Amino acid sequence: MFRNQYDTDCVTWSPAGRIHQIEYAMEAVKQGSAAVGLKSKKYVVLATLKRAASELSAYQRKVFKIDDHMGIAISGLTADGRVLSRYMRRECINHSFVYDSPLSVGRLVLQVADKAQVCTQRSWKRPYGVGLLVGGYDKTGPHLYYNCPSGNYYEYKAHAMGARSQAAKTYLERKFETFDDATLEELIKHALFSLKESCTDGELNSKNCSVSVVGLDTPFDILEGDTLKPHIDALDAEDAGAMETDTAPAAPAADAPTDEAAPPEAEEPPAAMES
Amino acid sequence: MIPAPQKHSYALGPGVVAPAMHPEYGRAIQELNNVNYPKAGGQPFVVDAGHGVGGPHQHTQYPYVTGTSVLALKYKDGIMVACDTLGSYGSTKRYKSMERMKPVGKFTLIGASGEYSDFHYIMKLLDELTTDDYCHDDGQNLTPTEIYNYLTRVMYNRRNKFDPLWNSLVVGGFHNGESFLGTVGMVGTCYTDSHVATGFGAHLARPLFREKQYDDMSEDEARALLEDGLRVCYYRDKNSINKFQIAKVTAEGSTISEPYALITEWGYEAFVNPAAAAVGTW
Repeated sequence: MFRNQYDTDCVTWSPAGRIHQIEYAMEAVKQGSAAVGLKSKKYVVLATLKRAASELSAYQRKVFKIDDHMGIAISGLTADGRVLSRYMRRECINHSFVYDSPLSVGRLVLQVADKAQVCTQRSWKRPYGVGLLVGGYDKTGPHLYYNCPSGNYYEYKAHAMGARSQAAKTYLERKFETFDDATLEELIKHALFSLKESCTDGELNSKNCSVSVVGLDTPFDILEGDTLKPHIDALDAEDAGAMETDTAPAAPAADAPTDEAAPPEAEEPPAAMES
Repeated sequence: MIPAPQKHSYALGPGVVAPAMHPEYGRAIQELNNVNYPKAGGQPFVVDAGHGVGGPHQHTQYPYVTGTSVLALKYKDGIMVACDTLGSYGSTKRYKSMERMKPVGKFTLIGASGEYSDFHYIMKLLDELTTDDYCHDDGQNLTPTEIYNYLTRVMYNRRNKFDPLWNSLVVGGFHNGESFLGTVGMVGTCYTDSHVATGFGAHLARPLFREKQYDDMSEDEARALLEDGLRVCYYRDKNSINKFQIAKVTAEGSTISEPYALITEWGYEAFVNPAAAAVGTW
């Protein structure tokens, strides 16, 4: 049997200069269902595809409110995501207690990244298996960050992560130049369109996806179920109109590498739940 | 103020208790091998006698070197703060050139009355915060309101430890086109207003401010009013001297003036026999 000698912990380098445990953690992010984020000059929108563990179960929540000015979408191990969201909430609430002002998004993302980095340099720890899209609005404007298990973090105009996210990224790359001046409605529409590219089975509906918004004079809010339905309906209406002129991109070809990683349907439940 | 008649050596001053005067001391010397005990004879002494003899540190719970009132008000271009430069040792006018106003970051200024070393400690905390901001290098700095709120938390937290920072602080600033003025007391009491004053100033200068201060007043008017306040404080507060600094924070940042004296007039009739009009005094 072929066995990798250099992947048992994250303090062992491979001779090729890689740390396999960290790469495995980043792989966990790719196996979670897709999440996209994008921003204009005033707003940040996060949208996620939710999975249900079984036919009988509810859809797993993937968006968490951190504070009135900030929220996250997660992809990967939900349990790890919850731990990080609790940490972020605590930091925010402590900051507003001490300074009576909201915590800067960039500063918090840096703290989370530092926290994740520590896990990549201790033999007795494991990296977090979750990627975070952090959307927030502070006195320097709207921000969208991606936090990676490796301890890296990046600021984006628009980003997608999770299973088949390449398709959503392709959509975002094609459209992002129009985002700056887009209205909140247009931003939500773009978020849903891009999410649709990553949708594996069936259609987007108000149950299997959720959208969150935050921005200027707009406290963080999650649109789900009935509040999301009008946006989905508008999307379907527009889609029907657009079909005649605009052909949808060949999604299966674009996301081939990530698709491979996506678990086949109706698998036995994995030990660590991904969403 | 200086602790009320705790027995202390007249030669050594308050807080430094000669062993003979401390009931616990003789016993402690025998029980502990006290490092302060001079091996080659001579008179032993302890600083902060309570500590190490079965009690916690006490010397932080009374002020030693103190400053008196700080006065501040808003005006057209920002805020203006003033105080004298005296550091009193009890009622001794011990240090006459102490700066009791310090800038914090770009837009904020702190004025402190009360224990001077506690003020140093507070400034150390604030300097750590501004250094931290600088190191983040993201262009974000603490605003006056944030500093004010931070200080209320620090003061109240220390009060809860029964080890208060013995200060009344004035926090003033100008940021994003808005003036900010607030005050924080020793136990975390705090408020913001268009004019504030600590200590005696709250009783002697604020009545004048209430009458004459308005937010659109010119710099000259504000300075004149502040000097009136300082003058009244100097007339009636024995722990003050005629050597003042005035600081301002405007859109350009903060500036603190060199110390200067005010012209005073002691010929008023009310000064001749002050007790005459005050029933119950002597």
